[in-house]
Amino acid sequence: MDATSLSFKENARKALADPLVARSREHIKAGFIGKRRKAADRLPEFEALRDAARDIKDHTLAHLDLYLERYEAKVIATGGQVHWCPTGEDARQAILEICRAVGARTVTKGKSMISEEIQLNEFLEAQGMVPVETDLGEYIIQLRGEPPSHIIAPAVHLTRTEIEAAFRAHHDHLPAERRLSEPADFVNEAREILRQKYVDADVGITGANFLVAETGSSIIVTNEGNGDLTQCLPKVHIVIASLEKVVPTLEDVNVILRVLARSATGQECSTYTTFSTGPRRSGDPDGPEQYHVILLDNGRSNMLGGEFQEALRCIRCGACMNHCPVYHAVGGHAYGWVYPGPIGAVLTPAFIGIEQAAHLPNASSFCGRCEAVCPMRIPLPKMMRHWREREFERHLTPRAARWGLGIWAFFARRPWLYHAATALAGPALRLMAGGRGRFRRLPLAAGWTDYRDFPAPEGRTFHQLWAQRRKERQKGRQKGRQP
Amino acid sequence: MSAPGQGRDAVLGALRSRLGRKSGDGGAEAVAARIDSPARGPIPARGAGDREAQVALFVDMAREVAATVIRVPSTEAVPEAVADYLKSENLPAEIRLAPDPDLGGLPWDSQPLITRSEGPARPADPVSLTGAFAGIAETGTLMLMSGAAGPTTLNFLPETHMVVLKARDIAGCYEDAWDRLHSAQDGDALPRTVNLITGPSRTADIEQTIQLGAHGPRRLCILLVDDGEA
Repeated sequence: MDATSLSFKENARKALADPLVARSREHIKAGFIGKRRKAADRLPEFEALRDAARDIKDHTLAHLDLYLERYEAKVIATGGQVHWCPTGEDARQAILEICRAVGARTVTKGKSMISEEIQLNEFLEAQGMVPVETDLGEYIIQLRGEPPSHIIAPAVHLTRTEIEAAFRAHHDHLPAERRLSEPADFVNEAREILRQKYVDADVGITGANFLVAETGSSIIVTNEGNGDLTQCLPKVHIVIASLEKVVPTLEDVNVILRVLARSATGQECSTYTTFSTGPRRSGDPDGPEQYHVILLDNGRSNMLGGEFQEALRCIRCGACMNHCPVYHAVGGHAYGWVYPGPIGAVLTPAFIGIEQAAHLPNASSFCGRCEAVCPMRIPLPKMMRHWREREFERHLTPRAARWGLGIWAFFARRPWLYHAATALAGPALRLMAGGRGRFRRLPLAAGWTDYRDFPAPEGRTFHQLWAQRRKERQKGRQKGRQP
Repeated sequence: MSAPGQGRDAVLGALRSRLGRKSGDGGAEAVAARIDSPARGPIPARGAGDREAQVALFVDMAREVAATVIRVPSTEAVPEAVADYLKSENLPAEIRLAPDPDLGGLPWDSQPLITRSEGPARPADPVSLTGAFAGIAETGTLMLMSGAAGPTTLNFLPETHMVVLKARDIAGCYEDAWDRLHSAQDGDALPRTVNLITGPSRTADIEQTIQLGAHGPRRLCILLVDDGEA
């Protein structure tokens, strides 16, 4: 998708007034936060598993070149093919070539964020193919022609009203008077329509939650079963995965699986965890005849060996956005690219450039909830701070903000001047505020005063109050009383 | 767009330069050691009980995710249990069996009202019956393998998936189930597909309300055979 991250401020302003964003916030709170807490509390080993999961990924990332070579050798040994793709364009061309070789017309797709990243649907359509999203949420947003607003719940920003309108507009072969009000009505209608697509498809494309170096397997973790129907019915199965999805062994997968579902949806275990290794074997009564893995870099290798490497531990559970007050307030679309929320604020500048995404690392109150719930213990606030530093270094910060920071830094580096200035400014502001003790308007502070009053200083500075209290305490002690 | 082979060199070259990889730096040995003797991570204690406790945990966890679990005294009693379940759920008496001699050889003659056929699933098949390689007590999960006796489509296409699981095949944790699969495979590659299945298909994509039967089976019925060794 084309990034609109540069317009984050306008996007956010619009989102704050959007009743759909407000409703989706309620869905997220009800659907994710409490359930994650309950699932984590129910497993005494949860925190130990988070540590182990972090260590697995750290080890793998430090040896990523070697594990990918081992993985590739295993895929080839089991009859599959690996396509190494430095860029999104490389990936699109590799997929096109595979589809053309079998004369593909309909291509079914399981849920994949990388597919969004490389704009695969638009590309396949332009090449005359019909890509069909089969995850219910992805199907709904494909009908509406919009990007996902959440990495595991792509249609979380929609209510039944919008979904009903999309279904009635696109499923116009069905009787107009049919009922579409209960969740089951929507699920059943999509189920019937997509059933035929699975059977008609020539190629099925899925993402991957993990690639296993030990066995050459790709793994999808889902609840609906659409990813499995997508990969077991057509002649060709294409897996699109990014480099950092590889883990060493099945034992490592077991560890990370135990934190994935619990962090994502609060389930003990997702409904379907499917391990695919190569194409159909001789004697197999079903399964794809060809098995291809598109291995995508698209900016990830640049994150290795630097301050953003730890973000490559991400397993895309969505817990950081589910717990983020900024994501709650503005929703996923405001972030303007594929990955919203705190992980999006870290990944987007890495993938599309800080010049295109400078606002995102600022879309944080630094409350730290994202890091507290991240199953892979990614230090997200620290990384957003690193991006802010780079933004400042590259002079991408707005001039007024740079100017303000410059003035503050001048005083902060000169404590005597700082004390003197604040000692003067406090009483002066108190006088200016008059009897109200607050300001309705303040020059250079419209960002605050447009929305709420600015409290006037009480008069004395923190340092003065601190010094006074210490003096009083000492006096108290000298008199032999408890302070 | 890179030419074939160039992409591989470009990606691996970028990774090596970012990681500062040098030949002989010991990285390759560390990777080989980890893959050749994989180490287990922390394993939840909840699955560590005796056989009886593991079976009880499996049943509880599977029922919690809306699977039906029916205890069956012996494999011979499976056809009758299938007939009873289909009747009680008001489902068509028409089943598609996995081409597994263990299932085909059951006393189906005792249930003349059930129509049977064997093979991979066809879009109109309402009910499938398959075996399971293992059950995993930790989360009430089934482990199924593809192969001549296990078409994968039977696990996903029909509206009702019935699975025969022997109580002695229930493991406490994922690791134990995988160990058994490795021994059964005799060191060869994994089967094309290994499915871990925990309850029937579901979605929460409509307003985060959980709804069963999204694309896969609406019903998952586990026929748990008490084979005397449990």
